[in-house]
Amino acid sequence: MNNRTKPIDGELLKLKEEIHGHAVDYGLDFYPVVFEVCDYDTINILAAQGGFPSRYPHWKFGMEYDQLSKSYAYGLSKIYEMVINTDPVYAYLLSANHLVDQKIVMAHVYGHADFFKNNAWFSNTDRSMMDTMANHGTKIRRYMEKFGQDKVEEFIDRVHSIENLMDINVLFETPEVRRSRQEKENEYYEQFFKEDDDSGRSKHLDSFIRSKKNHAKKSEMKRELLEENNNALSPEPSSASHRDIMMFLVENAPLKEWQADILGCLRDEAYYFLPQRMTKIMNEGWASYWHSKIMTQNVLRSSEIIDFADKHAGVMAMSRKQINPYKIGIELFRDIEYRWDRGMFGKEYNECTDMVVRENWNTNAGKGREKIFEVRKSHNDITFIDEFFTRDFCERQQLFTYKYNSRTGRFEIDTRDFEAIKQKLLISLTNFGNPIIEVESSNFANRGELHIVHRFQGVELDMEYAAATLRNLYALWTRPVNLTTIQEDKEVTFCFDGTEMKPLK
Amino acid sequence: MSHPIKKDFARFRKIVKGKIRDNLRKYVSNGEMPVPKGDGVYKVPMPSIDTPRFKFGDRQQGGVGQGDGQSGEPVDGQGEEQPGQGEAGEGEGNKELEVELSIEELASILGDELALPNIEPKGKKTLQSTTNRYSSIGTVGPDSLKHFKRSYKEALKRQIASGVYDDKNPIIVPTKSDMRYRSSSQVVEFENSAVVIYMMDVSGSMGDEQKEIVRTESFWINLWLKSQYKDIEIRYIIHDATAKEVDEDTFFRTRESGGTLISSAFKLCREIIESDYNPSEWNIYPFHFSDGDNWSTDDTKLCLNILDQDILPASNVFCYGQVESRYGSGQFYKDLSAHYGEEEDAIILSKIKNKEAILDSIKEFLGKGK
Repeated sequence: MNNRTKPIDGELLKLKEEIHGHAVDYGLDFYPVVFEVCDYDTINILAAQGGFPSRYPHWKFGMEYDQLSKSYAYGLSKIYEMVINTDPVYAYLLSANHLVDQKIVMAHVYGHADFFKNNAWFSNTDRSMMDTMANHGTKIRRYMEKFGQDKVEEFIDRVHSIENLMDINVLFETPEVRRSRQEKENEYYEQFFKEDDDSGRSKHLDSFIRSKKNHAKKSEMKRELLEENNNALSPEPSSASHRDIMMFLVENAPLKEWQADILGCLRDEAYYFLPQRMTKIMNEGWASYWHSKIMTQNVLRSSEIIDFADKHAGVMAMSRKQINPYKIGIELFRDIEYRWDRGMFGKEYNECTDMVVRENWNTNAGKGREKIFEVRKSHNDITFIDEFFTRDFCERQQLFTYKYNSRTGRFEIDTRDFEAIKQKLLISLTNFGNPIIEVESSNFANRGELHIVHRFQGVELDMEYAAATLRNLYALWTRPVNLTTIQEDKEVTFCFDGTEMKPLK
Repeated sequence: MSHPIKKDFARFRKIVKGKIRDNLRKYVSNGEMPVPKGDGVYKVPMPSIDTPRFKFGDRQQGGVGQGDGQSGEPVDGQGEEQPGQGEAGEGEGNKELEVELSIEELASILGDELALPNIEPKGKKTLQSTTNRYSSIGTVGPDSLKHFKRSYKEALKRQIASGVYDDKNPIIVPTKSDMRYRSSSQVVEFENSAVVIYMMDVSGSMGDEQKEIVRTESFWINLWLKSQYKDIEIRYIIHDATAKEVDEDTFFRTRESGGTLISSAFKLCREIIESDYNPSEWNIYPFHFSDGDNWSTDDTKLCLNILDQDILPASNVFCYGQVESRYGSGQFYKDLSAHYGEEEDAIILSKIKNKEAILDSIKEFLGKGK
């Protein structure tokens, strides 16, 4: 990878310094940003691997890479920007970009970098993830050498199936707690390989005793870890651990040592990406707000205005099938800034019913800039929409909801009603857009079966996918797995017994 | 430059090929044919290999969009799913994975699945041809074949050797003697060319379903033969009481009414072979598909005659596929097998009951490696 990317120099370096200066002047606050230039193939590789140059081997990355390369080759899509939430922040520029594109990307990246450093949901992310990911890669490669690639990859496939069953409260795990947990895990990992390497020469220990010892050590360690975790976790540890299904399996499923280790690694990676999934609208909105500001007020030359407008409009394009996080995000931040500049908030404004007065409301409060910085610090997408998505804004943005019409077999516009739209948006953001699944019991019907419950919030599960997921879960749990959900307004419990999924009577 | 992701990509390809192999029977019997994409690459329709997860049903969920439009207007220009097409449950949110495979890859999947032996071409080394390959470098030649890199290297060598080269001002001036040109050498190649002659009965008793079977079967047969021969020609003959040569499109579309004289097709086939394909140079594969009806026993006799006298001696193997239809008697199959028996090597008979039987029939035709 090293010789695939190179640091920026010459004109780009000068630009970086200029844009960096403007970003600081506007009050953006970030870890150092390292820009590197690479070709499209490299950026496709990086994007396929979630932005990291070194990941564990898995066919999924190959598939992503294939799809990205093809859509680039056919001119369907192009990745302009790639920014990694680490300290320092790494950002990749496509070498074939026009200079004006590079400027936009750089300004955009500083917006992201500020968001990564300051948003509360990122406060506990592992900023040395570059190394952590590489270490996971090394570990998993070693397991593959030891146990066979097919076997390990099959296990990873199964873990990917439950990777979205996360508990956002885990994000409050502080770096200290995590570090001590990781240290212990690493200690264990080294031990594991060391003992294993010695096995030929070992005089006193037969494998039985060794595995016993391993096991005892492990469960002891687990207990300690668990206690520490519980102290650090949110006020309701019970509900937390019930949604953190990966951790639940690490602790309770009859996994082999290497399997538990891999599951732990993949869990860390999933939680690393979680804040980004929870703040997509805000993060992109914030970065777009700043690229627009920095470009239009400072960096843009008059000859570049058309190109900039074209690129910016492309990024902000509206879609009838889904909301564009860049668009909604930037508009919301601008709306907040506008409203707080003119004092359009608080009891008096909210209770005012005279449209003309509302329209012309201006107390010269001038708090806009201050407010948006505050918002970017403390909100995530749900609270952002919940608090700042107003009726006026909704109408201005021409939003609507759509639904499936089974008669015509198409998705059709349903309504432009503000409440309905907001409701739909909030639902789609709840639990980062995934169904809430909780572990109900690990000893269902007193038979050691796993029982998980879908906390129904108005949208049914895709049962075909659910069945396939249960199959994978079964492979991890090794006993039948039961899922309770709502279908057609009735509560149903399905049982996957190793061969097929059947509703329980 | 190689990167570990290429290994991931190779694993992904392996999984995809495995999936295609697993589903080959389904593809073949559903008539889902790979779509040619040019350059000998085929696009294979296959459901995306998504990681299963707990997720919301797409239809249930709907969503929020942005833009103009009245309530009830579709959110995407046209209906993305026509009613009646596609089964419920194959959600439209399902990204179809686009998998591209070369002829060789597809053929090797087919070959592996059916355990097909490689074909031993019979015309091997009888037909020689010479071609020019630009594989070496010469000191003379036309400007259009000038090899810049090599010329530059020669000039550089000369300048360094003669001490004219200066690092600080590295200008290279080639002279006439430095010039290098691509030069050709003659290579003798052995052609093994093949021709496939498809004959099909298009009389009233052959319905659309029967034709679909022939179409699917011929696609896979072509694919296999293309992977075995460098050059392949394909000719199409349709017949009812009379026969004519047509192009591929017409072959699969034409529907005639009227009687059936199989001999008409065989005669035309004989003519084509005589005029265009010298049996000592060409591997000849006549395929005949019908529902087994023939007008008269006299005509059948005539058919056997033509086969014995002319077609069989010229061909690698003659294949007869009998597609079962409601109207066909299936008599021709019986006549052929009565005449040739089981042991005759030069003729392969196969009955194709329905779409599910296509793959087995392909195996019968190609399984002998001829």
